[in-house]
Amino acid sequence: MRPVALVTLALVALAFPWAAEALGQSFYVSFASRLMIYAIAATSLNLVLGYGGMISFGHAAFVGTGAYVASIALVEGLASAWMAWPLAVIAAALAAWAIGAMSLRTRGVYFIMITLAFAQMAYYLVNSMKAYGGDEGLTLAHRAQIGLGLDTASEPVFYYVVLAFLALVLILLHRLSGARFGRVIAAIRDNETRAEAIGFPTFRYKLACFVIGGAVAGLAGALLASHGRYVNPGVLHWTQSGTLMIMVILGGVGRLWGGVIGAFVLLTLEHVVADYPMPWLSALAPNYQQHSALAVGIVLLAIVLFAPHGLAGLLARKGHARP
Amino acid sequence: MLVLERVLRRFGGLVATDEVSLEVRAGEVHALIGPNGAGKTTLVNLISGGLAPDAGTIRFDGRDVTRLTQHARVLAGLARSYQVTSIFRGFTVQENLALAVQARTGTSFSFWRPVARERALFDESGSLLADIGLEHKAHALAATLAHGEQRALEVGLALATNPRLLLLDEPMAGMGPEESQQVVALIERVRARVTVLLVEHDMDAVFRLANRISVLVGGRIIATGAPQEIRANAEVRRAYLGDELAA
Repeated sequence: MRPVALVTLALVALAFPWAAEALGQSFYVSFASRLMIYAIAATSLNLVLGYGGMISFGHAAFVGTGAYVASIALVEGLASAWMAWPLAVIAAALAAWAIGAMSLRTRGVYFIMITLAFAQMAYYLVNSMKAYGGDEGLTLAHRAQIGLGLDTASEPVFYYVVLAFLALVLILLHRLSGARFGRVIAAIRDNETRAEAIGFPTFRYKLACFVIGGAVAGLAGALLASHGRYVNPGVLHWTQSGTLMIMVILGGVGRLWGGVIGAFVLLTLEHVVADYPMPWLSALAPNYQQHSALAVGIVLLAIVLFAPHGLAGLLARKGHARP
Repeated sequence: MLVLERVLRRFGGLVATDEVSLEVRAGEVHALIGPNGAGKTTLVNLISGGLAPDAGTIRFDGRDVTRLTQHARVLAGLARSYQVTSIFRGFTVQENLALAVQARTGTSFSFWRPVARERALFDESGSLLADIGLEHKAHALAATLAHGEQRALEVGLALATNPRLLLLDEPMAGMGPEESQQVVALIERVRARVTVLLVEHDMDAVFRLANRISVLVGGRIIATGAPQEIRANAEVRRAYLGDELAA
C-alpha cells in the first residue's frame, strides 16, 4: 500500500470514534470494534490459508478457545486483560499445535475434513461444559480491564485497544511474509515436494505457521468475548469457520489486507441488508432482510468470477499475486 | 561415497527395485541407464529419501542414511533434480536459487528481518545463475521460462543446495539437441566439484559424460562398468542397448 493511502487510513481510523460521537452515531464505534476483531481473526486465517496454503476449515476452534479461556478467566476472578488475554493466546496456540500436529499429516480434502472434525469436537465440548453455561453461553459482568487509567467499558477506549492489536497483527504479518519464515511457507505453498527436496523440514514450518495463526485467532476470540461481554458455543460452530473463510476469499487470499477488507465488506453488507430497509428491493423480494446470506452469496460469486485475487487484488495497481 | 546394499522396494505385488546393490565413487559421473519401467526413478527416490525401502541399507559417506528424512539427506549433501520439472513457479529464477541457499544457511525460523536484505543469499545464487546460463532471466518468474530454461533451473536448484552427490533424474527430458548440449556442458563444468549419479536416456550424453555406467533392467542391476565394457556387454545389448545403439 502506498504511504499516502496508509497515512490517510490511519488518520481515519484514529479519528473515527471522535467523528462518530460528534455525529451522534456512537453505535458505530462498537460496530467498528467488532469489525476489527473479525479482521484480526480473518487475517490469522489468511496467514494459514493464504500465505501457508493450508485450507483449514476449523479456524473457529481457535477463536473459540481464545474466547472461552478469556471468559472463564474473567468469571474465575482474573479481571486483568494482561492475564486473561495472554492465557487465551497461549491456550489457542496449544490447541493449534495439537490439532495441527495431527491434521498436517494429511493433504488436500482430508486436511479440510479433519480440521473441520476437530473444530466440531471442540464445539460439542464447550456445549457440554455446564459449569460455564453449556449451550446457553457465558455472560461476563464486565470487559477485561487493561488498567493504565483506561476503562475498557468505554467504547472509544475499547476501539483503540482493538485498533492497536489489529495494527500490530498487520505489521507482524507484513514483516513475517518478507522474512525467511515467510519465504519458506510461500515456497511450501508453491511446491511442497521441492521445498523438502532442497532441505526444508516442511512439516515443522507448516506447523509453526498453523500455530501462529491459531494464537492470533485466540487473541481475536478474547477480544470478541470482552467486546460483547458474552460468549456462547456459536463462536466455535463450523459456520463461523466458513464465515472467516469467506472473508479471506472476498478480501484476497494471501494478501496483507485481505482479511481486513473481507471482514469490513462482509459485516457491513450484512448490517446494511439487515438494518436498512430498501423499498425497491422489498417490492422484488418481500422477505429479503431475513436472507442477508443471499446478498453475501451473490457478492461472493461476483468476486470469485471477476476478481480471483479478491478485493485487495482488485485495489492493488498490479493484479498479480506475488508470493 | 554412496553405497546401496540389497535395496528392495515393492509397490503392492510389483518389485520395483529388487535387491539393488550399487556403489557410486567420489568424483565420478556414474550413469544409470535402462529401459522405461526398469525402476530408475524409484531408485533415485529411494536414494534421495522421497521413498523408504522395504529392505536393504543406503550408506552415504560411510553413514547409514536409510532412515534419514529427505531434508536431512539434503543437508548431508545429497541433492536431486526431478524428471518432471519441479520448481517454484511463482518465484523468480533468482528467488528460486536463493531459497535453496537459504535452506542450508542457518535457521529459517526468522520472522522479522527481510530476506531482501540478506545479500549473501543473492550473491551465492548469482554465481549459480551463470553456471546454469540464466543470468539474463534472473528476475523472470520461473513459470514464464521456456521448457529448456526450466530444466536448467531444475538442475540449478539441486546445485544450489551445494551437494557432494548430485542425483540427476533425466535432466535432458524433452530437450532438443542444442539444449541437451547445454546440460552436458553444465555437467562438465560441475563434475570437478560434485559427484554425479546421472539417470538418462540420451546415450550420446551418457557415453560422453560417464566414468562408469550401471544398467538397470526389471528392477535389477545387470551390469556395472566403464562405458566400453557396457557397450561390449552381450547381456546389456540384448536387454537394452541393442535397439538404442542400432538406431
